[in-house]
Amino acid sequence: MLTGSNITFRVGNKVLISDISASFAPGKLHLLVGPNGAGKSTLVKVLARLLRPHTGTVEYEGADVSQTSEAELAKRRAVLSQAIEIAFPLTVREVVMMGRYPHFSGRPGATDERIVDEVMQHFDVVEFKHRYYQTLSGGERQRVNFARVLAQLWREDVDTCRYLFLDEPLTFLDIRHQIDFMKRIRSFTDAADVVTVGVVHDLNLAARFADQILMLNGGRIVASGTPSEVLTTERIEQVFGVEPTMVRTHDSGMYLVFN
Amino acid sequence: MTTQHGRRQLLLIALVAVTLLVLIASIRYGAIDFSITEIGRALASLFPGRPEPTLDQRIFLELRFPRAILCLLVGASLGVGGTLMQALFRNPIVEPGLVGTSSGAAFGSALFFVLGGVFQIGASLWSLPIAACAGGVISTYLVFILARSREDGRASIVMLLLTGLAVNALFMSAIGFLSYIARDPQARSITFWSLGTLSGASWKAVEIVALSTILGSIVALRYAKQLNALMIGEEEATYLGVNVNRLKWIILSVNVVIVAVATAFTGVISFVGLIVPHILRMLGGADNRFLIVGSALTGATLLTLADLIARLSVRPAELPIGIVTSAVGVPVFIFLLRRRQYVF
Repeated sequence: MLTGSNITFRVGNKVLISDISASFAPGKLHLLVGPNGAGKSTLVKVLARLLRPHTGTVEYEGADVSQTSEAELAKRRAVLSQAIEIAFPLTVREVVMMGRYPHFSGRPGATDERIVDEVMQHFDVVEFKHRYYQTLSGGERQRVNFARVLAQLWREDVDTCRYLFLDEPLTFLDIRHQIDFMKRIRSFTDAADVVTVGVVHDLNLAARFADQILMLNGGRIVASGTPSEVLTTERIEQVFGVEPTMVRTHDSGMYLVFN
Repeated sequence: MTTQHGRRQLLLIALVAVTLLVLIASIRYGAIDFSITEIGRALASLFPGRPEPTLDQRIFLELRFPRAILCLLVGASLGVGGTLMQALFRNPIVEPGLVGTSSGAAFGSALFFVLGGVFQIGASLWSLPIAACAGGVISTYLVFILARSREDGRASIVMLLLTGLAVNALFMSAIGFLSYIARDPQARSITFWSLGTLSGASWKAVEIVALSTILGSIVALRYAKQLNALMIGEEEATYLGVNVNRLKWIILSVNVVIVAVATAFTGVISFVGLIVPHILRMLGGADNRFLIVGSALTGATLLTLADLIARLSVRPAELPIGIVTSAVGVPVFIFLLRRRQYVF
């Protein structure tokens, strides 16, 4: 369980998120939606403890994360971000191995090598494991990063929760990759001990894959609940300033069309 | 992985061999050449009960040999310094000479010589390297403060290089002024500070530079994994458990110390720190564990070769070594800039 209580974060005098409280259950996919500048990315960074809030606390299973060291946190919290640029010639396998860095000191052990091989298999990146990351396409790069993040959260003995944060990882990906990624995130989150909280821009992707949606506007939570509870025509119009048409598909899904 | 790992180990072994070969060439050839037997006799004369060393043997023991060792150490320092700077800024076109560290260190040392002459300050073994480090810290810090953008507090590479240029010019003219008013003959040589030379090598210098190079490299090696994580970005490194601010301070300090101490004894030698990591990345990739060890060896080898050229091309006189390193380094630097493969 991940709990944020009364979180406020400012830059200078500008309040980016204001007095946000929310809790996120394991095994569920939580997605944050909202217009640009709503504070989604800031909230994810505060929850992942990249940023320290000015007021309020973030707790992983009741333990305040501000008291935990970076090294400890990295063993059970990972973040999948936007396209990463690397200015140096690193091979795909070296990048994936970085996911194991929090778990070993010095050289990687046999377990680390095995886990890296397994996640590379899982993400179909084995064929280019010796290629340099710089030479990959956007979709391939993001697959490598996802493999790295999964290697970081990979665990044999499940005792405490693991936390996966998504900081707009689908930016710059085509629609096939977006759907492919959401499916993978979905199935990873189905493990009973994984809390997933992410930012996704496409409301239709959010509607299709999220268990819980948190809608933010102006640094505050406007609504939270299941996709059909949160994504109503009136609310989208009110928050985003565009008028959607709701289309119900035959398999009881919903689809938003913007005019 | 295993193949790459094996390849890197072979490369490092080969580099050790090359370094040793170059070292042997370096102690043999110069204003006068020594044969292997002469070198053996000179070394043997150090042991008790042996005949006193001849004049030639003393030249070897007191000038040639310490110079060769100092050259290895300074080259290793500059190579490791370049690797650390490039890892820290996540950009392959920075090096200690470009961000002011070297010229600041040279200024610190020159000031020490001049003030030492004026105020009769007792020159203990450590005061020169401390003065150099102080100068290096001030100039590097100055470059960073001035290059930082007002909006987000980050230093872009263009700003860093331009500010480095200005600060280098400032400290070099300050050194010019000092050498103009100086009485101490070493401080009076502006060529010494701006172009670098190993002609002032002594066993004392070897001791001090050996200490900073070896300790600095060991500390750097401990943080190699964290520097690797930094390659994929500061935020990403944090997510992988790295305390990025702490890492930056440690690596910057190690870098300033090893580069400043080397500069205190040899003057500013540019471009070694730029080229060395590039050669290694082409041969064995970007893993910093490999790069730190490899750049120590490659830096040592390259600077020794440069020193050989400096000594042999106009013998019995010699060129300042900076002329040789710049002649090779500047074209490489321009090539890298023009390739524009890297993010600015």
